[in-house]
Amino acid sequence: MSDLMLEVRGLEVRYGAVQALRGVSLDVRQGEIVSLIGTNGAGKSSTLMAISGIARASAGAIAFEGRDILGRPAHEIVARGLAQVPEGRRVFPRLTVRENLEMGAFLQRGSIDGDLARVHTLFPVLQERAQQLAGTLSGGEQQMLAIGRALMGRPRLLMMDEPSMGIAPILVARIFEAIRELNTQGLTVLLVEQNARAALRLSSRAFVVENGRTTITGSGRELLHDERIASAYLGGA
Amino acid sequence: MKKRLDSMELDFFLQQLITGLSNGMIIALIAIGYTMVYGIIELINFAHGDLFMLGSFLALTVLGVLGIDAWTGGGTWLGVLLLLLSSAAFCAGLNWSIERIAYRPLRASGKLSLLVSAIGASFILVNLGLFWGGLPLDVFAGGVAAAAPKDFPPLVPNTNLLGEDSLVQLTPKDLLVLGVTLPTMLALTWIVTRTRLGKAMRATAQNPVAARLMGIDTDRVIGATFLIGGALGGFASVIYALYNNTISFQMGYRAGMDAFTAAVLGGIGSMPGAVAGALVIGLVRAMSDGYLETRWTNTIVFGILVLILIFRPSGLLGSRAKEKV
Repeated sequence: MSDLMLEVRGLEVRYGAVQALRGVSLDVRQGEIVSLIGTNGAGKSSTLMAISGIARASAGAIAFEGRDILGRPAHEIVARGLAQVPEGRRVFPRLTVRENLEMGAFLQRGSIDGDLARVHTLFPVLQERAQQLAGTLSGGEQQMLAIGRALMGRPRLLMMDEPSMGIAPILVARIFEAIRELNTQGLTVLLVEQNARAALRLSSRAFVVENGRTTITGSGRELLHDERIASAYLGGA
Repeated sequence: MKKRLDSMELDFFLQQLITGLSNGMIIALIAIGYTMVYGIIELINFAHGDLFMLGSFLALTVLGVLGIDAWTGGGTWLGVLLLLLSSAAFCAGLNWSIERIAYRPLRASGKLSLLVSAIGASFILVNLGLFWGGLPLDVFAGGVAAAAPKDFPPLVPNTNLLGEDSLVQLTPKDLLVLGVTLPTMLALTWIVTRTRLGKAMRATAQNPVAARLMGIDTDRVIGATFLIGGALGGFASVIYALYNNTISFQMGYRAGMDAFTAAVLGGIGSMPGAVAGALVIGLVRAMSDGYLETRWTNTIVFGILVLILIFRPSGLLGSRAKEKV
């Protein structure tokens, strides 16, 4: 069990009278890509936000590398090596690309040149546009920036929320390729995707979230051929 | 005859210019406190003007407790420095506490709750000022008339640096204003653009959730913003008191409205905008006082506020571009 990185049990989140999560349980092992699939509003983003310490959980347990992180402030969770690329990218629009990347390294002491070089190798466009304001980038470039920015914090587990949303197809392919590359280099990934087919192809395992609960789970391959998944999330088999 | 008149007119204009710029710089220090807080939590902190008022009451109290005689002669500038530091520390601490007690618990409850809480904080500070002015101290004239304006001792002399004969007056008071505001603004610019805290402040202002995901403790950053804004208000309160030599528990309202108008004029959230807006407001006030009548001045200032809000709500230097999501 020592390779268990993230473990979530019975997670519940409430926004006022609305109960967004009613019992989400999942686990991510070292070196895996795990995806969370489900329809809009099923609770995928709320799950990530609760793990990151942004949304307050009303019940459940979250452990990262064996330590309880439920209720810890967001900045502490990032410091432990658990980062998130949020839905809608959330780059800092009036900071330059370079400054955005530097913000990602906010908790790093010492030189960040190596991290910058690594991000620039992964997404060369970020080097070309280093001095441009992030708000002027295209959606796909902003997504690359958001991923690069999260990598600057040297996470061991990276959660990504809808990295393909609203992006030109050619860039979607590039981003999925980057996720695979990062994983090969040792980064563990928890991926939330509406594009379930692409996500399942990439993933070793996946969890389906329905109405705030995790329901079906299995390997990526199994779920790709599961009839229930095919009809509900893959647009027919 | 005609020539002499022209020269008198020019002198008068120059005098209004100096007065306007000096008052504008004082307004700027207060306006920055509004704009910084708005930039980071989108709150018009209505208590800020009254915080400024309490800063001047603290300065007068410090003067009263330590005795005014000790301040004359060579000790004057040291005394001014002590007043600046004590009021800055007091206002910074008070502003931080107000955020902690009255704003932070409501931050998730929507902007209207926050605004109402700020108005409440403003009332509390005004009444605190009224109570403070009633303390039985000599500097408060024994405290018998709590609501009366208080004389602030003229520590800084009113001598004319341009010579006795000159009709235009440039006094050590004007230099005091410049000598406090300019270094303060340079230091603030350095903090915001160059330091780790400044970067965290800019990130929090642009996207608080993303800032938290970068590992920034946004609660601390917001607290630091109130500390800095409060300290600037404290500086403003001391130079205002030394410049005008009178303070009142009601002065926070007008100073606050001037500063708020300046911040909106420059584009709320923008620090250079707040400074530029404050200089404009200071000049408009002085010119209106000089060429129209003082009773029109408030009307003109608030007329400007209304016009900006109608025709250019993002201000002169504010960014009009909406953020892409």
